[in-house]
Amino acid sequence: MLNEKNDLAIDCCLLAGRLMIESGAETYRVEDTMTRMAISQGLIGTQSFVTPTGIMFSLGKDGSTRLMSIKERWTDLEKIALVNQVSRKLTTNELTIEEAYEELQRVASANLMFPFIWQLIAAAVASGSFLILFKGTWWDVPAATIAGGTGFVVVTLIHELTRVKFFAEFIAASVVGSIAFLAILGNLGTDLNTIIISGVMPLVPGLLITNAVRDLMAGHFVSGVSKGAEALLTAFAIGAGVALVLSF
Amino acid sequence: MTWIVQGILSFIIAISFAIIFNAPRKKLVACGVVGMSGWLIFSGFTLVSGDSVQASFAGAFMVALAAHILSKRFRMPMIIFSVPGIILLVPGGLAYNAMRNIVENDYLTAIGFASKAFMTSGAIAMGLVFAEVLMQLIFRYLRKRKTASHIT
Repeated sequence: MLNEKNDLAIDCCLLAGRLMIESGAETYRVEDTMTRMAISQGLIGTQSFVTPTGIMFSLGKDGSTRLMSIKERWTDLEKIALVNQVSRKLTTNELTIEEAYEELQRVASANLMFPFIWQLIAAAVASGSFLILFKGTWWDVPAATIAGGTGFVVVTLIHELTRVKFFAEFIAASVVGSIAFLAILGNLGTDLNTIIISGVMPLVPGLLITNAVRDLMAGHFVSGVSKGAEALLTAFAIGAGVALVLSF
Repeated sequence: MTWIVQGILSFIIAISFAIIFNAPRKKLVACGVVGMSGWLIFSGFTLVSGDSVQASFAGAFMVALAAHILSKRFRMPMIIFSVPGIILLVPGGLAYNAMRNIVENDYLTAIGFASKAFMTSGAIAMGLVFAEVLMQLIFRYLRKRKTASHIT
């Protein structure tokens, strides 16, 4: 009986950890959440080791140790908030462990993302607004809006198709560059540089950069360095895609 | 006038990125306010000191401060509010100029831009961390005072 309960608690902690890592939470927050959930179930002295590609979680000297591998990561801030809510309720005893597990499974299978068309509009609007913040002229705004929106569509489509993130970013950046170039040729834009910079902003790995630094500062060097490497590769893919267009 | 336009545009950008990163729907406006305050501090500081590295530090500090306060207020992870705000400060232009000069075989100019971009990202990171440490100290102090007043 006791073992069954422990098993459920471990499953619950691991599921919460997996959901948070997949949605892009910071490593120290994941470890903290897992430990708090375990303590609320009377499991003292648990140990966890969290990296962006897998979680190890142990119950201590007379319990079992489990491993959970993580295949994919994306950015979904709402899921992080939901998992956080469940763990808060579990620690204040508003939920039993069974209810919490059910709740987490519901969160895992739900698709909470904004509709794609909203994201597309957001990316386009952000690119257009960035152009003004980067001291561009109002005349260039339509070109930047179209470039940013198209870049976002291309990165999503190619990522669905090939599952290679860096390739998708490379192609999207070169598409943004080509659109900006065509806009200049067609006399619809004046400043090539500002249009390209604004157009690639939706592709910039902001979450990765922020998290990499915070993980490094919290002493999680494995996660920090690997997230930093992912951000660097993304930045390089974007830069190479733009460079490809510029070199013509 | 330009300040109002910049404020509105940075608000819109932060909300747009909150949508792309799928922030909780009821907190979109809060994300926008964080981004706007960070950008206004950044551009104000650029005007005063003329150095974008220091200004990035100040902007990131402001973003993290606002995000921390909002995360305590709404009882949500801080990352939800800080990520859409930080995007505004990312040195995209510098990184682009570095890349462009490398393509044009002008490596010396490229190194200048790349170092500046590196320094700026470092400053953003330091701003985030400083604000977090400061907030932790303040909250610890407040909690201590609270328990002390309970005892007396």
